[in-house]
Amino acid sequence: MAATVGALLRKELLVELRTLESVPGMSLFAVTTFVVFHFALNQNTVSGDEAAGILWVTLLFAAMLGINRLFVADQDQGGFDAFLLAPVDRTAMLLAKAIALFAYLAVLELVAVPAFGLLLLAPPLHQALPDMLVVLVLADIGIAAIGTLVAALAVQTRARDLLGPLLALPLLVPVVIGAARASSPLLVLTRAGGHVDPPQVRWLATLALYDLVFGLIAYAVFDFLLED
Amino acid sequence: MSRTLPLKHGRGLRPLSIATIAAIPLALVLVFFYAPIEAEEGFLQKIFYLHVPLAIVTLCGFVIGGLLAIVHLRTRDRQWDLRSYVAIHMSLIFGVGTLITGSIWARGSWGHWWVWNEPTLVSFLIVMLLYATYQPLRFAIEDPERQARYASVFAIVAGAFVPMNFLAVRLSSSYLHPRVLGSSSNLPPKMAFTFLISLVAMSLLFATLCSYELTAKRTRILLKARSRTLGFR
Amino acid sequence: MQLATSIPGSSNNGYVAAAYIVFFAIVLIYVAIMALRLTRVERGLRELNERAETAAGVAPNQTHGAHEAHNPPRERERV
Repeated sequence: MAATVGALLRKELLVELRTLESVPGMSLFAVTTFVVFHFALNQNTVSGDEAAGILWVTLLFAAMLGINRLFVADQDQGGFDAFLLAPVDRTAMLLAKAIALFAYLAVLELVAVPAFGLLLLAPPLHQALPDMLVVLVLADIGIAAIGTLVAALAVQTRARDLLGPLLALPLLVPVVIGAARASSPLLVLTRAGGHVDPPQVRWLATLALYDLVFGLIAYAVFDFLLED
Repeated sequence: MSRTLPLKHGRGLRPLSIATIAAIPLALVLVFFYAPIEAEEGFLQKIFYLHVPLAIVTLCGFVIGGLLAIVHLRTRDRQWDLRSYVAIHMSLIFGVGTLITGSIWARGSWGHWWVWNEPTLVSFLIVMLLYATYQPLRFAIEDPERQARYASVFAIVAGAFVPMNFLAVRLSSSYLHPRVLGSSSNLPPKMAFTFLISLVAMSLLFATLCSYELTAKRTRILLKARSRTLGFR
Repeated sequence: MQLATSIPGSSNNGYVAAAYIVFFAIVLIYVAIMALRLTRVERGLRELNERAETAAGVAPNQTHGAHEAHNPPRERERV
């Protein structure tokens, strides 16, 4: 199983590196959205709850772009059939795609979070970077799990570009709640000393619980999406 | 298979209907003549006996739809998919009722048609937004076997989402305000009894309507199958 | 933060009535839609019986589905 996942993952990443169809688009979308927010809110800087909200909404919508494209190549070029013929555990595809999506999200955040710090964020970012990393990782796991599942569900329907986000957004609301509440204290302006409150444990626990529950469920049901 | 139209599909319908028709007036009488007027909210609190049972039954309906979907995926018997579909469909209707009655209650109690710090209402909105995609999802897949399978996967994921979502929303809104619309714990005995009967009546109504819809659907399916076998259409 | 209290006075009865009426209206509308569908099914069933009887060479009579004796023996049941 691990070998299959490794092989599939390598294929995914290689294809993405060669075609560059998801990650640059997602990153550019995020940066552009920050600019749009500046004009929409008519503010030069944001902090605290507002900053957390803008950051996570943008990351979420950029993730939608990646989710939409996740299985499209397989669907259009017969990759599903080829995979189904191979004598391997089908859940390997879930794991490979989810890890790939996580990787795309990581690259997205490598671009978007500094851009956010540059363009819109009032307090300096470095004060909260380690904690922010934790929140990002936990949220990304949840987005990757649900995103892969929803992508597989939507790609074989007629209105795939529409159904994907429509399905994913409500499902990801708990992630938004957990991530935004957790990162909000990290993004506040401090007067002196640069001390920042750590994120509340309950939000990290919510994210972790969500990741666990939906990771397991995705693992359990994914097989049924790939039949015939 | 017998050669006459099997009436066993509608077998449970009659006792269910009778029980429901008995339970609903009983519940109404209790609500308006037996339960005392609540001290803080006054007469408006009577909506509680309608809104909260609606909410509970809706959520259970969604979760049950997920459980039925699990059975469908394990047995591959499409009857289970039909049951899952009907449960979710009925829960959607009851869910609309929940949102509307909740909104009316918020308006009477707080002056606004929508409040963000009532976690039940907010969770409901999210859950309804999710399940609103159930039918578009089904109708976007043409192959019936795949449609049933994908719908079941959705029902399972969404069914697990319901409690998770409630937890998250509850956590996020309870820190500042007390619950706007009152909670259902610590009820005096007369109110608790009335609430219980209302809940039972609502559950019976849900079960009856589901049974009704299942029977109607199955009859339609049988009718189509018969026309095809006899060579018409 | 103040606790929510109901707006004092007259309008509360209206809200309670509205909520219960909306609920029953939803249920009634649903039952009405189902009744409409049922009449359509019954019509289809009647047509089917008539056609089956004319196909079997018997003049269509007025009795409904309980008497299945006329149906051709090769008919299979599909559920």
